[in-house]
Amino acid sequence: MHDNANANSLTAVHDHHGEAHAAHNPALLHHFAEPQQQRDAASLGMWVFLGTEVMFFGGLFCAYLVYRQWYFGDFGAASKSIDATLGATNTAVLICSSLTVVLAVWAAQTARRTLLISMLAITMLLGLVFLGIKAVEYKDKFEEHHVPGASFSFENVPIPGHPGQFANPRHAQMFFSLYFVMTGLHALHMIIGLGIFLWLFIMAWKGRFTPEWHTPVEIGGLYWHFVDIVWIYLFPLLYLIDRHP
Amino acid sequence: MYFGIWATLLVCTYLTYKLAFIELGRFNAAVALGIATFKATLVALFFMHVWHAREKLTKLVVIAALFFLLLLLGLTMSDYATRLWS
Repeated sequence: MHDNANANSLTAVHDHHGEAHAAHNPALLHHFAEPQQQRDAASLGMWVFLGTEVMFFGGLFCAYLVYRQWYFGDFGAASKSIDATLGATNTAVLICSSLTVVLAVWAAQTARRTLLISMLAITMLLGLVFLGIKAVEYKDKFEEHHVPGASFSFENVPIPGHPGQFANPRHAQMFFSLYFVMTGLHALHMIIGLGIFLWLFIMAWKGRFTPEWHTPVEIGGLYWHFVDIVWIYLFPLLYLIDRHP
Repeated sequence: MYFGIWATLLVCTYLTYKLAFIELGRFNAAVALGIATFKATLVALFFMHVWHAREKLTKLVVIAALFFLLLLLGLTMSDYATRLWS
């Protein structure tokens, strides 16, 4: 039950605060003492989240490493059937997108709105290119019956470096299961990243970012770089197991 | 400076790709992962601004995440590697 005195004092506090508002940046939230602290808190929050993502992907990498140890020859045979050139191209695409992201952050810091908008747009474009190449790869796998499941087939595929020996289809299916889950999870993160960057693009278009406040660009950038790092590891592990016959 | 890092990353990617086709025996995996780690470190330090981070807590979180990842991988792999004694 609220009595009038309380309500009045609340309004009174807000009125006084209204006067004090002129003293600090409107972007500064009330539970922070100064803008730098607010920026650091946002950055720390994103970094802690990325830490959880490291563990998320880490579990999958661990499973991959264990099975690769056990079924090395079969994994080598399976790895040879995915296109390393497309994988390398995708790696280059993501590295370029990381460059555009870091340039976007710099543009936000230095109040270059046009550069910021164009860098955000190019980042999204490169992300779409990445997903497009991935789609082509998935289509190839589908056509070759390398998708785990009822129609999986991996007969008479030689193990690299061991002429006369053929890969065990069940073990090869394990590789493809890991391949689809790991690249699929990574692609899901890319799609989410695209959504985030679309939102950043719209905000930048509306002119919401200033050198004093452009936190979403910075922490969105951190997320994108992380997704790039995951792919930097995925590429050699999945595509380049045993390419030298 | 960003362009320098970017160029280095592209060169390393090309290197990884080319080296994979050369017979290096047991070192193929080590080289590929080594280059990948170098690239990831560059991205983290310079693109994610960890090198110039003002807040020590950021670096602590990065190191903590790495530590727990290595713990996960290291202990799991050593578990499996030390089975089947007979």
